[in-house]
Amino acid sequence: MSNVGIVIVSHSPLVAEGTADMVRQMVGDEVPLAWCGGNGHGGLGTNVEAIMAAIDKAWSEAGVAILVDLGGAETNSEMAVEMIGEPRAHKIIVCNAPIVEGAVMAATEASGGASLREVVATAHELSPS
Amino acid sequence: MSAGTMVKTGTLDKVDLKTLISVTADTIAAHAEELTALDQAIGDGDHGLNMKRGFEAVRAEADTFATKPLPDALKAIGTKLVMTVGGASGPLFGTLFMALGKEISAEPDRANLTAAFGKAIEAVAARGKSQVGQKTMLDVLQPVHDALLQGKTGLEITDAADNAAAATVPMKALRGRASFLGDRSIGHMDAGGRSVALLVRAVAETIEGQA
Repeated sequence: MSNVGIVIVSHSPLVAEGTADMVRQMVGDEVPLAWCGGNGHGGLGTNVEAIMAAIDKAWSEAGVAILVDLGGAETNSEMAVEMIGEPRAHKIIVCNAPIVEGAVMAATEASGGASLREVVATAHELSPS
Repeated sequence: MSAGTMVKTGTLDKVDLKTLISVTADTIAAHAEELTALDQAIGDGDHGLNMKRGFEAVRAEADTFATKPLPDALKAIGTKLVMTVGGASGPLFGTLFMALGKEISAEPDRANLTAAFGKAIEAVAARGKSQVGQKTMLDVLQPVHDALLQGKTGLEITDAADNAAAATVPMKALRGRASFLGDRSIGHMDAGGRSVALLVRAVAETIEGQA
């Protein structure tokens, strides 16, 4: 698929899956989408390996925008991007935006064929800073 | 050889990496509940368990790591920590070891170890988008680097680490989950800083013991 992909990374699998449901309601199958949540051992947390797998699943040559919740999700997502490395790493961006609103807005933008930069900018408009 | 001489002047090549892995994993396991309690006070309360899981995963593959040259072994240990610790500590402690492995030589002397450690601290700061003074592991790593630079003995380096961890107690957290608490983060030791101090002690004592 040529549209930008969206990855949702939450500490909670319930939050991640619920956010993905809301994204699907908006864009259906027009956007590659994947989510992950939890520490991989049944608890809350985030997991680099799961994030890498989600990026693979939502991969698009147009790039992937990642939406995260709290700090560890961001740090682990950045680590996952680094471990994936080039030539894909520069096409993956961790967004600074609220996870639910950011994912829905970014996916809606992506469904119209927007570039990765436009998708990320749309998500970033939701952040105060 | 007197205590500290090894750390002061010597190399790490005489130290058995398997022993170092075992001792650090033992230390983290022995203090897992304490680390979790520190993290529960001002964080999300998973630090001890996460660190224990990561260091046990490293211990499980100690034989493999020990066959590699020191730089490769440290990089592999860092990667293992990234993949197994979970939470923000995974990338942060993983980056510390990965960057150390990238910068260190196969048979490091004090100068090389110190320089590599300095670079590793920079990598951790970049990973966490943090700096010294924000009540994080950096507030223990930096004084340890200073002590290395100043030619301090292993015992003195260990003391510096312990003092630095204690010095995080009155600090206000500016990064991580603890920063959400604002002034209420004051009065508690930073769990990541405590972990660094524990690891420094384990490594310093092992190196001296084998010198």
